[in-house]
Amino acid sequence: MQVTLKVKRYDPELPEDQRNYYQDYDLDISENSTVLDCLIDIREYQDETLSLRCSCRGAICGSCAMKVNGNAALACKAKITNVIDSNNSITVGPMGNHEIVKDLVVDIGDFWNKLRAIKPWIAPIGPEPETEYITPNEDMQHLTGIVGCILCGACVSDCTVLEVDKNFLGPAALAKAYRFVADPRDGESNSRLESYNEYGGIWDCTRCMACIEVCPKGVAPMDRIMSLREKSIEAGYTNTAGARHSEAFESLVAHSGNLNETQLLIKTIGIFNFPKLISLIPFAVRAAINRKVPPLIHKNIPGVENIRRIHKLIKSSKK
Amino acid sequence: MKYAFFPGCVSRGGCPELYPSVLAVADKLNIELVELSGASCTGAGALQESNPLLGDTLNARTFAMAEKIGLPIMTICSTCQGVMSQAIVRLRDLNYRAKINELLAEEGLEYTGSVSVKHMLWIIVEDIGLEVLKSHVVNPLTDLYLAPFYGCYIVRPSAALDYEENPLRKESLELIIEAIGATVVDFAGKTRCCGFPILTINEKASLAMVGKHTLEAQEQGADAMITPCPLCHLNLDGFQSKAAKQIGQQINLPILHLPQAIGMAMGLNSNQMLMGRHLVSTYEVAMKAGVKI
Repeated sequence: MQVTLKVKRYDPELPEDQRNYYQDYDLDISENSTVLDCLIDIREYQDETLSLRCSCRGAICGSCAMKVNGNAALACKAKITNVIDSNNSITVGPMGNHEIVKDLVVDIGDFWNKLRAIKPWIAPIGPEPETEYITPNEDMQHLTGIVGCILCGACVSDCTVLEVDKNFLGPAALAKAYRFVADPRDGESNSRLESYNEYGGIWDCTRCMACIEVCPKGVAPMDRIMSLREKSIEAGYTNTAGARHSEAFESLVAHSGNLNETQLLIKTIGIFNFPKLISLIPFAVRAAINRKVPPLIHKNIPGVENIRRIHKLIKSSKK
Repeated sequence: MKYAFFPGCVSRGGCPELYPSVLAVADKLNIELVELSGASCTGAGALQESNPLLGDTLNARTFAMAEKIGLPIMTICSTCQGVMSQAIVRLRDLNYRAKINELLAEEGLEYTGSVSVKHMLWIIVEDIGLEVLKSHVVNPLTDLYLAPFYGCYIVRPSAALDYEENPLRKESLELIIEAIGATVVDFAGKTRCCGFPILTINEKASLAMVGKHTLEAQEQGADAMITPCPLCHLNLDGFQSKAAKQIGQQINLPILHLPQAIGMAMGLNSNQMLMGRHLVSTYEVAMKAGVKI
């Protein structure tokens, strides 16, 4: 079938204002092809200057992650019949949130640095055993999803927080962090959790689910970050705005059935955090003048006693 | 068409203009609403961080209430929609559902797994139909350029939101913008994040997102942005001026709730939809739309 690939190219050797450009390639290729098949075909028969990374062609090495029609994907997994538009075109570009080296090749140094930063190794509990660690199957079962990560970087490419804050550890590193916190053989859960509660850690995730959407292996990094948040609160790391926000949300909804927005704001910031509270005064005044505010007296929902009863039962069963 | 109406917390809280706008448009479209007044907050994903079981139980309770009156649920908030859709997926596990039903039994409620939850955006495109919507347009917004901003929770994860079974959902906002006579302003940020969930945690990053997407839409020629999520509205409207200051740009892009844009095309006036409440003034866009202020 006839397909057009619109490739976002980058040539660092050109003058700065000419480095970024699009190039269209027309191909006649089998309809069973993937986007990677198209790119290899282009390199073989049309333009050997087109740079990209690839290896296994079987969605296991993680080398060929790139943007296909604006969203990160493994090029070897993207079947052309699934991604062509009505004109039989596919737009391809480099992964987002990385410096481009050339064309579809990006600098992934930062990716590896952030992975190293979360200490991706088992820290033993006590002295090393004489043979291997023996752990029951059921204690390891919950890790099967996360260990499927092939370090392709698709999640990092599309992370909306990394677009605006490069300090964020990112979904790949934090999903890997969960893998170690949740491993029963690891002896440093608490110090791990403590480090992930700092700026750039678990609470900086904006819960946009882009990483879940693009992960080719079903790792669901954002869900792992949420689990790390739950574990952090359970372990007592509650002195962060993020933890205060979650806990306040729970207690406020459990109390009245719906959310008291004003109380949530104050409890998240902290009643004695005067600088932050003062910084919100301009917004609060404008909102009050426009009457774009919640009601002064917050009402409980009808039947709120049911919510309180359910909450009490769940909390007591947790203990 | 009759639905169990789930208004969520913010439409009667920080976005009080949304609730009456929804009722006015629903009335025009003959959408009969039975409000689930005893239903709780969905948890918005935030409650789920500290108590995921409570989150799923609260939503199962709402589902059970809708099942009891035999009606599908209508949401008016991308976040409520997404949180509920994700809960439906987890509650397909029969053991998990049975455990939660034990907590609901005392109230005489049981979730059987048959609930349907649809945002008003989808209801108009799929259930009511665009032709019916067009037939109610008395004031086509032909001079308006509108930029769609979906809100993460109604776009991802696409599997939980049944995008494959309902392909129109991917462009539902664009279809409505065109049906009400306006021109769609396409821009890269339309399915990105508004930053609201991290507003109180990493304000700089949150406002950077607001600034980036509103500036892009404005530069592409938008008269206003239209969003089906009141949480997005709180950030995009409420913190737009602070975001503009942070990035050193002039941004003045009114943010309309979905029913307000539709309402303008249906001949509703701006007072009925409390358009004067917004922090970024809607005066100019209402004037351009020929709407009575």
